[in-house]
Amino acid sequence: MVGLLVFGLVLIATSGVPGLAWRRGDSGERLFCGQVLAGVLGCLVPLAATAVSGGLRLELPWAVPAGWLVLELDALSATFIAPLLLVVACGALYGLRYWPQAEHAANGRKLRLFYGLISGAMLVLLLARNALLFLTAWEIMALSGYFLITTEDDKSDVRQAGFIYLIATHIGTLSLFGLFALLGQHCGSSDFPLTASLPAAGSGLLFGLALLGFGMKAGLMPLHIWLPGAHAAAPSHASALLSGVMIKTGIYGLVRFTSFFAHIPAWWGWTLLALGAVSGVLGVALAIAQHDIKRLLAYHSVENIGIIAMGLGLALLGRSAGQPALVVLGLSGCLLHVANHGLFKSLLFLSAGSVIHSVGSRDIDHGGGLLKRQRWTGLFFLGGAIAISGLPPFNGFISEWLIYLGGFGVLETPSSPLAFAMLSVPALALIGGLALACFVKVFGVVFLGEPRTDAAARAHESPPSMLWPMALLLLACGWIGLFPLSLRALLERAVSDWTGAPAVATLSADLAPLGLVAAIGWVLVVGVLLLGAWLHRKSATAPREVGTWGCGYLFPAPRMQYTASSFGDSLVRLFQFALRCERHGDRVEGLFPDKQEFSSHTPDLVLDRGLHPLFSAIAAFLGRLRRRLQNGIVACYLFYVVLTLTGLLVLVRL
Amino acid sequence: MLGRIVLHLLVLLILSPLLPGVIAKTKALFAGRIGAPLLQPYYDLARLMRKEFIFSRTTTWVFLAGPVVGLVVPLLAAQLMPFGGLGASLSFRGDLVLFVYLFGLARFFTAASALDTGSSFEGMGAVREVTFSCLAEPTLLFALLVLACGADSLTLNDLLGPALAGRWHSGQAASLALIAVCLFVVVLVENSRIPFDDPNTHLELTMIHEVMVLDHSGPAFGLVLYGAAMKLLVLGALLVRLVLPLQTGHVLLDLLLLVAGLVGLAVLIGVVESTMARLRLPRVPQVLVGTTLLSAFALVLVLR
Amino acid sequence: MSESLLANLLLLSVILINFFCLGSARLVACIRAIAVQGVVLALLPVAVHGLCAHSLVLGLGTLCFKGVLIPGLLLRAIREVRIRREMEPFVGFATTLFLGTLIAACAFLCADWLPLAAAHHEGLLVPVALTTIFSGFLLLMTRRKALTQVLGYLMLENGIFIFAVLLSEALPLMVEAGMLLDLLVGIFIMGIVINQIRREFSTISTEQLTALKE
Repeated sequence: MVGLLVFGLVLIATSGVPGLAWRRGDSGERLFCGQVLAGVLGCLVPLAATAVSGGLRLELPWAVPAGWLVLELDALSATFIAPLLLVVACGALYGLRYWPQAEHAANGRKLRLFYGLISGAMLVLLLARNALLFLTAWEIMALSGYFLITTEDDKSDVRQAGFIYLIATHIGTLSLFGLFALLGQHCGSSDFPLTASLPAAGSGLLFGLALLGFGMKAGLMPLHIWLPGAHAAAPSHASALLSGVMIKTGIYGLVRFTSFFAHIPAWWGWTLLALGAVSGVLGVALAIAQHDIKRLLAYHSVENIGIIAMGLGLALLGRSAGQPALVVLGLSGCLLHVANHGLFKSLLFLSAGSVIHSVGSRDIDHGGGLLKRQRWTGLFFLGGAIAISGLPPFNGFISEWLIYLGGFGVLETPSSPLAFAMLSVPALALIGGLALACFVKVFGVVFLGEPRTDAAARAHESPPSMLWPMALLLLACGWIGLFPLSLRALLERAVSDWTGAPAVATLSADLAPLGLVAAIGWVLVVGVLLLGAWLHRKSATAPREVGTWGCGYLFPAPRMQYTASSFGDSLVRLFQFALRCERHGDRVEGLFPDKQEFSSHTPDLVLDRGLHPLFSAIAAFLGRLRRRLQNGIVACYLFYVVLTLTGLLVLVRL
Repeated sequence: MLGRIVLHLLVLLILSPLLPGVIAKTKALFAGRIGAPLLQPYYDLARLMRKEFIFSRTTTWVFLAGPVVGLVVPLLAAQLMPFGGLGASLSFRGDLVLFVYLFGLARFFTAASALDTGSSFEGMGAVREVTFSCLAEPTLLFALLVLACGADSLTLNDLLGPALAGRWHSGQAASLALIAVCLFVVVLVENSRIPFDDPNTHLELTMIHEVMVLDHSGPAFGLVLYGAAMKLLVLGALLVRLVLPLQTGHVLLDLLLLVAGLVGLAVLIGVVESTMARLRLPRVPQVLVGTTLLSAFALVLVLR
Repeated sequence: MSESLLANLLLLSVILINFFCLGSARLVACIRAIAVQGVVLALLPVAVHGLCAHSLVLGLGTLCFKGVLIPGLLLRAIREVRIRREMEPFVGFATTLFLGTLIAACAFLCADWLPLAAAHHEGLLVPVALTTIFSGFLLLMTRRKALTQVLGYLMLENGIFIFAVLLSEALPLMVEAGMLLDLLVGIFIMGIVINQIRREFSTISTEQLTALKE
């Protein structure tokens, strides 16, 4: 079993290497795709075995000092690996036609090489039980991520996004080095400590470092600066991998790190809960203000990471207050949402890629009427949109529902300070409502109505090798939504892996009646299909000759349709205090105004409003300082020498 | 359980068109007219079912999905909601979240089917619908939290169960009254009534729900109207149960009580519609934020 | 609970009226709301202390002054200066409302923390009084129009009155009467000043008054 796992892992990691030999022709990419699929199949078998029985462990000596190759596959890792494998396989298949070598001779080989490498690195990272191995995999993943983002390195905005990513990820890595060095000091070995073995005393600094390092990768709100630009710059299937899976390694790090401790201080949970709520609400508000479909999806990743962090925060609060029910609900909601987000976000990125492929623009307002021209892409996008809005009967609802139950569950001890955690419930409701508004907007503007541009009118459906991966992902979303009980055992085992105690509480029918929720989902699906079929048959012969009722106006044009900006405007205004949306030319004056233009732009809250001005100011200050010091007057330089000498003398005397 | 399901379905299917009729009658009386007969909505539905469809060239299958989901959702949600003294037919931990999210699904498809026509007016309606509803949702959740605070259970059936009558006589009466007011606002917003939306206005520019279904015709429009009436009944049942937590134990009496409560609610809505002017659109979010804060305050009251 | 159900409902409606005034732009509606608040406050002594001469006199006095006389004067003033709405407050309505709720939540959660007599713990009187006083301050601070500021002043006084109800057994009637009289005179002067300002500057925004500071 372990051999099969390692074999699959190596196959995936090296899948881009053989293709390096072919500059032309499609043999290289086919080989790549085949190798990835074979590797995924190889890893799936041990994964399934873990889900059924116990975990796997492999220990080998390693030439690196203090390094020790320790790999372990437990249920906690498995919940992260399962969506990873699916997304990697779907993305590889999708890339065959989305980024063919024939059209992208300059960067196709690079893309595939790093696609395989990052997948392999993430697998090692999720399996590693040794700090050095973990950090090595982490760094390989971070660097491959950089090369994926800068696939089209001839464009300046892509280089810029990659640069910001590189800085952000290395700040994170730096703090992780600190974290693991301290942790190694704490327990005397570079191997990961046993679950629930460390005391909580003096661990505040550790948690701070972990939050910075892992939170930076996950994209929690003030640390999300690299995320929107990077996801928008990468090719769609690489974005799917980055957004669907790579940012989850940050969450994995936090989950794994917190599992080391026997007791958890309450403020860890509160911090994560608050950060999660802020990320959720502001992430989705920023998403509504976007015009670029991939930036929009990227901000939704911030939102969903917020929801995941809220789940983890509830679980931590449950640990510190000794409430097993809260631990189970919060953590299983968190883990399930990790998997769910991986699935539907990749689905959305892939279908957005299919739209971009045929329309040739990432601007939402350049679409319109695509459901008639790309019926399957539209259907898959709709499924993903319902799932990400957390609506039944798809998977997003199940995980959000578990977190809701956790939020409501704190009411059982009403007088304790824990009761404030119930504020997560209205926060989740607000996030859900805003996400729904946002995806109505994207789906409506891109796929419904009339085409707004010629390119959208000429759009065509993508080839089957791009559609099948989406179908597979949608099926997985539907599967979790309609058969959630099939994951119950895995989630329970993951929770007991986290707490270190077997079966503190289970997702039983009286704690979380998943079966009944699924049953209602089934009734919903069947009811809608039956009534829809009846209505469809009844209306099959109806004429479709007239135009839409223009409310008395006889010459409506496609450009008069509601656009993404006008759709989002009322909500953006509500959040104006945080978004600071810039609007140009929204005033029309005089009786017969000239031709007017309107544009709106919402810069990022932290990066463009905070860090950019701050760093510019620091740079300007240092520049002025340098001009002051380096003034070219010899007397001054001599004065510096005297100052230094005096300083040194004083230092020696001290 | 099967009996309960059938009973709930029957109540919903038979009674729901009565409520818009009562509202219209109340408004007519206030205006000094005789008005359309009480059963007019039934006649309308029957007539619409016989009519034929007219579709715009622009529309796709999503256009029909709106009415379909809008009808199926209230049918399902009604099973989770206790109808007066008649308990919910399906009840499990956390069904209140499902209840809220089911209506979210209906909203998604109603708004999508409005955008499917490509009309900018319908786009406006869709925006307003999703904007106002996402502000009303936290209010609803706060209200449910208040109810859940003393109920020791997480099912709608228990939150609105027999214990509710006792809570009205305890120190929680104040916060219950507050959330009753907030829920009334939520009912008005979700069902597009004055002062948030005017269902009878003649100007498309100012409508919310009515403009979204402007292009529907024939049986599809019938489904839209029927679904809207059912939504009013289901959400109204929540409010009626909260305000009238009486339980006789006898099925017929309970049913009678429910009907009386619902008719009372419809009359109240009619009175509000006759005496109030529609709010200006920029004011609506402010009012909704206000109710959210009010319900949060009710939660503070119950927590201390 | 030391107070009756009626008293609790009255206090709750006081808070609701506070919220309404914080969130509403329509001056006439605000004045009416303050009038209703005055009536509610008039009922409060009776509801808390039962029917006795002291509380009846207090109630009747309050009804006359806060429920009828002062709002009437304000409504007359508003007719003369012909303004209906508070435009462009210093802080937006939604934000004010949010701050108001925050104040209320703090008052309710922290009231027990104050050094109160044991009988007043857990009651609604103290937190409601605090909320009303601070809402009055909020109204005074965030609005531009002199008239709304008068309303804020009234609300502040109402809050003090609720505190006074707590002590009304100990509070001589004369003290309360003196307070009301002060207020009435204050309103008169305000009314005259507002009219003068309008005649001079043809606006009643207080912003222009800041120019007079030197």
